[in-house]
Amino acid sequence: MASHPHPPPSSHGAARISGTGEPVFVRGVLIALSVAFLAVFLILPLANVFVQALGKGWSAYAHSLSHPDSRAAIRLTLLVAAITLPVNVTFGLAAAWAIAKFEFRGKAVLLTLIDLPFSVSPVVAGLMYVLVFGLQGVLGPWLDTHDIQIIFALPGIVLTTVFVTLPFVARELVPVMQATGAEQEQAALTLGASGWTTFWRVTLPSVKWGLLYGIILCNARAIGEFGAVSVVSGHIAGQTDTMPLAVEKLYQEFNATAAFAVASLLALIALATLAIKACLEWNMRRKDRRERDAAANARRGPGPGPVALTAA
Amino acid sequence: MSIALNQVSKTFGEVTAVHRVSLEVNEGELVALLGPSGGGKTTVLRLIAGLEMPTEGDIYIRGQRVNDIPVQRRNIGFVFQNYALFKTMTVFKNIAFGLKVKKWRARKIEARVGELLELLGLKGLGARYPHQLSGGQRQRVAIARALAPQPTVLLLDEPFGAVDAKIRQELREWLVHLQHDLNLTTIFVTHDQEEAMEIADRIAIFSRGHLEQVGSPRTVYEEPVNEFVARFIGVLNVLDLEIRNGRARLNELEFPGHGQPEGQHIRIGFRPYAVQISADPCAYPCRARLKHAFFLGIMLRVELELTSGLVIRARMTKEDYARQGLDEDREVSFQIRQYRVLAGEDGLLQPEISIAENPPTMLGEGI
Repeated sequence: MASHPHPPPSSHGAARISGTGEPVFVRGVLIALSVAFLAVFLILPLANVFVQALGKGWSAYAHSLSHPDSRAAIRLTLLVAAITLPVNVTFGLAAAWAIAKFEFRGKAVLLTLIDLPFSVSPVVAGLMYVLVFGLQGVLGPWLDTHDIQIIFALPGIVLTTVFVTLPFVARELVPVMQATGAEQEQAALTLGASGWTTFWRVTLPSVKWGLLYGIILCNARAIGEFGAVSVVSGHIAGQTDTMPLAVEKLYQEFNATAAFAVASLLALIALATLAIKACLEWNMRRKDRRERDAAANARRGPGPGPVALTAA
Repeated sequence: MSIALNQVSKTFGEVTAVHRVSLEVNEGELVALLGPSGGGKTTVLRLIAGLEMPTEGDIYIRGQRVNDIPVQRRNIGFVFQNYALFKTMTVFKNIAFGLKVKKWRARKIEARVGELLELLGLKGLGARYPHQLSGGQRQRVAIARALAPQPTVLLLDEPFGAVDAKIRQELREWLVHLQHDLNLTTIFVTHDQEEAMEIADRIAIFSRGHLEQVGSPRTVYEEPVNEFVARFIGVLNVLDLEIRNGRARLNELEFPGHGQPEGQHIRIGFRPYAVQISADPCAYPCRARLKHAFFLGIMLRVELELTSGLVIRARMTKEDYARQGLDEDREVSFQIRQYRVLAGEDGLLQPEISIAENPPTMLGEGI
C-alpha cells in the first residue's frame, strides 16, 4: 500500500500525541471506522441501486422507465412537488416573517407547531387526513355528497406532502430573517416604499440564499415521501402511485429491474439535491468570508474621509 | 414651526416609554434629544417618523397633524443607528431607492445621486456594496439615502454611536456644516451630553419618558431646572449635609444653614469649575489631598480627597496646575465659590449662590 490513511506509526508508537491530546492511533481508528461505516451503510447500497437497475442492460432500464405506470408515477411525483413547493414557500415566508419581525402572543407555540411534522410519524400524518377527509371521516359524508374526492386522489397526496414538508422553508428562513432584523424594511418604509415594494426589493433579496436552501430540502422531501403518502394514496397504479410507492409496488411484484430503475431516478434526484445544497453552502460561506474580509479591509484602510461642505 | 409634539404619550404594554411630551422644533433648527438609555428619546424620534404610533397626543409636521399619516407619506429622512443600509444593493442603488419608489425618471435619479455622492464625499464609491465600506462611509451613505428624496426633516438615531472616536469628531463637525448649508430641520438622538452640547442649537433632555428641560446648551448647563438635568449635563458634585448649630455640615465641610431647622438634611451641588485650589495649605479654609489629575488637553480634571474620604471633582487649567507646582498626593487647600441648594430629584433648583466675595465664612475652620 503506497498511501496510508493515517500517519505512519513513529518510533514512539502509541505514545505520540496529536494536537487535541489523543494518541495518533485513536485518530486513525476513528477515521477508519467512520469511513468503513459510511461505505457499508451508505455508499455500497446506493451503488447497488444503480448496479441492479442497469443489471439487465440499458434497454431494459429504459424500458422500465418508459412503462406507462412508471411514467405516470414520475408525472404525479413532479406534479405533487410542483404544487407543494409554492404552498410551503408562501407559508414559510409568512410564518418566518411573523416570527422574526413581530412580537405577539403564542409565538413560541407557532414555532413549536411548525416543528410538529418533524416529530409526528409520517404514517400518523397520513392517517390524520384519512380521519378528516375519508369516507368514515369527519368531512367524509359531506365531501361524498358533493362528489369531491380527496383521499385516494391527488388532493390527499398533496395535502399530506404539504404537511410533511411544512417545516423546511420556515425553519431555514426564521434564523436568516431574525439575523437581518426589521431595520432594513423600516428604512425602506421611511423612504416611501409600500409594504409590497419593501418585500420584493428589500426582504426577498436579503433572504434569497436561505430561501433557496429551504426550497431544495423541501423539494427533496416532497419527492421522496413514502409513509404519509402511502396511507392516503390508495395505490392505484398509473393514477395515485408516486415514485416511492411505485418502487415499493414493483419490488413486491418481483420486478427488481423496474423497481431499481425508478429507485435510481430517486437516488439521482437525491444526489443532485446534495450537490446543489453543497454548492449553496459553499457560496454562502464564501460570501460571509468576503464580507468579513471586506469589512476588515475597510476598517484598516483610511478611505476618503469626510469632506468639508464648503469645498463641495 | 417645523415639528410640534403636543402632550404625546406612548406605552408599550405596561411600560410608559414617553409620558406627555410637548416639544416644538423650529424650521432649520438642529435639536438633540438627550438622555440615558431607556429615557424615551429614541421612541420620540420614531414617533415623529411614524415608525411608532402615539398612544395619546398629537404630532404636527409643518402645521399638519400627521397622527394618521403613515411613515411613507410623512416625507421624513431617517438615519438608523446601525445605518440599516440595503445589503444587497450598491451605494448608488441605496441612495436611489427613495427616488425610484417615488417614480423619478432615470436621468433625474442619476443626477440627484451623483450630486449627493459629491456632497457627502462618497465620489467613486457608487458601485461598492455596504460591506465594502468603512463605518464612517456607511454612515454617510445612510445620510445620503435619507436626504435623497428631499425630506422636510432629518431624523438621526445615535448617529455617531457606531464609529470610533476620531471619526466621530470629524462627523460631528461635518454634520453641523451639512445641516447649516442645507438649512434642514434636524433632530438627533444621543446619550452623549458632550456631543449634544457641542453641535445642537437646542437640547431636549429626557429621563424615564419625561421631557425634563429644553433649551440651548448654555441654558441647560447654567440654569438646569432640576437635579437630574444638573447631574446629566456636565459634572456635578453633590454633598448631603446636616444642619447642626444653624449651619449645614458634612464632616469638615460647612455651609450656611439657609434657614433650615436643626437636624434637617439639605443637599448642595457645585460644578468642578467652582472649586478653587491652591498649593498653599493655608490659602483656603479647607484641606485635601490631590488624589488624581487627569489630563484632558488644556484642562485638567482633578480629584481631591478629604480626610474623611470624601472625593470632590474639580477642574483647573494646565497652566495653573504647572504654575503652582501641583502634583498627585500633594496636600492642598480649596474653596467652593458657587453652589446650589438641591431640592428633591424632581423639584426645581434654587438659583446659584455665589460666595466668592466672602470666602472665609463659607467653610469651617478647616481640618
